[in-house]
Amino acid sequence: MIQEKLAQTPTTASGENPMLLSLRNVGKIFSNGVTALSKVDLAIREGDFLSLLGPSGCGKSTALRLIAGLSTPTSGQLDWRGSIDRANIGFVFQEPTLLPWASVFDNVWLPLRLKGVSRAKAEPAVTEMLSRVHLTGFENAVPRELSGGMKMRVSIARAMVTKPRILLMDEPFAALDEITRFKLNNDLLELWQDERFTVVFVTHSVFESVFLSSRVVVMAARPGRVFGELPVDAPYPRDEAFRTSPDYAALCRQASDVLVNAINSTAGSHHDGH
Amino acid sequence: MTAIEDTALKLDPEESRRARQERLERIGKWALPLAIMVLAIVLWDRICVWNEIPQYILPRPGVVLQTLHNDAGLLFSSLLVTLRITFLSLLLAVIGGVGLAVLFAQSKWVEMSFFPFAIVLQVTPIVAIFPLINIYVNNQTVKLLLCAWIVAFFPILSNTTLGLNSVDRNLRDLFKLNGATRWQQLRYLRLPAAMPYFLGGLKIAGGLSLIGAVVAEFVAGAQGQSSGLASRIIEAGYRLNAPRLFAALILISLTGILIFLVLSLVSHLILRRWHESALKQEH
Repeated sequence: MIQEKLAQTPTTASGENPMLLSLRNVGKIFSNGVTALSKVDLAIREGDFLSLLGPSGCGKSTALRLIAGLSTPTSGQLDWRGSIDRANIGFVFQEPTLLPWASVFDNVWLPLRLKGVSRAKAEPAVTEMLSRVHLTGFENAVPRELSGGMKMRVSIARAMVTKPRILLMDEPFAALDEITRFKLNNDLLELWQDERFTVVFVTHSVFESVFLSSRVVVMAARPGRVFGELPVDAPYPRDEAFRTSPDYAALCRQASDVLVNAINSTAGSHHDGH
Repeated sequence: MTAIEDTALKLDPEESRRARQERLERIGKWALPLAIMVLAIVLWDRICVWNEIPQYILPRPGVVLQTLHNDAGLLFSSLLVTLRITFLSLLLAVIGGVGLAVLFAQSKWVEMSFFPFAIVLQVTPIVAIFPLINIYVNNQTVKLLLCAWIVAFFPILSNTTLGLNSVDRNLRDLFKLNGATRWQQLRYLRLPAAMPYFLGGLKIAGGLSLIGAVVAEFVAGAQGQSSGLASRIIEAGYRLNAPRLFAALILISLTGILIFLVLSLVSHLILRRWHESALKQEH
């Protein structure tokens, strides 16, 4: 299995992809005194599909916002390899977060528009991205005419239209029904395999994180911290057959055990979750 | 499949009752107010006849209509004067209200500092301010405009400010992530997001600017300085010309209704594709 994976991705001499971002001893304390993150060390390599898995309050969304540059760390530092600016970051929120008054096309065009790209110049990129997320023909629809899954596709297309090097996703499919979620999981993987960008995917679903990721980082709460890491050594492409395979079940089991330990590690310090 | 569709076409009693109800409501929506209005006018006419009320106290509707026709030249030229003030002040209220709201939206500090002034202007009765304006401002049109503007601009300012500040937090982050400038954020995010709020304010301001214009004319007209509909009403009042008084009153009412309908239509046309308020309800 590992052999197959290595064969697919270009690697450095050490057998690993080059480092894209490392978080070193990162901490975040909010002004109300809550410690959201404490001493987080995390290495993200080019081409990783990394999931941050953890219970609510473990700071996984905070970590994502730090990486996006929407928030600054109280302590520690983030080291990007080479020069990366916000243009190289795509972000998908928990809700589709579309402009309700704008058409699907205009929503996907938005990041380019903000960079001064005209409608005509942006058209090829927008059209291509829409076909990649299977939304060709819906260019002129407005968000309220779309289903939840389709709105999320628009949101992904918008994040990817600038061809970012890293895609940050904050529980993007949490509000969708299971069938739609499976479909979007498959399509996201397909997109990732074609383009080989780096993904940091925040989720509280063991099954989703194992299905998608090459690495699962389990986080614990109070204070938010990295609890453990689990490499998912299953080959891509992963499809519906993988979803029902014993390998997948075993990996889910492993991840679930780590997660339970992570939750128990905080059980002593909190009473009712609030 | 066809069997199912066939039975689906035959509505059960509950659904057919609902369909009938909806049909009735659609007709009733305009037929009912119209019928009541006609009834009220007929009753008005009958009361005049039965009680032999003299024309200078309460004219019969027919006489009012006759006056509206006979005095059309006088009344409509006055209406034009009033309309000019109304629309100019509404235009200024839009420019002033939106302009101030955008200014307020630039910084919480600006809003905190200056919003109270807007409230003071709003809560002080315009009739009480007018004597001051009369002293400070010489130009008749400017005087009236200022009055109508003070009455009309507040709902636009207040609503637009609320709208500019109620942008989805994630959308704000998205713009930040994409390096949007302050201007881009205003142009592509905050102004469109504020549109439904602004249009709500505009609907209120439309009526208020007419009220403001008429009230200002009233105060100015009492000093013999105005030629708008309000001065026609005062004049008619002095001469006990009740039919003309009623005719002028009806013109003002109709104008107010028309302004409201037009602004509602504009609002609907702008919002119909995306905003909840403009969507048809479905069961």
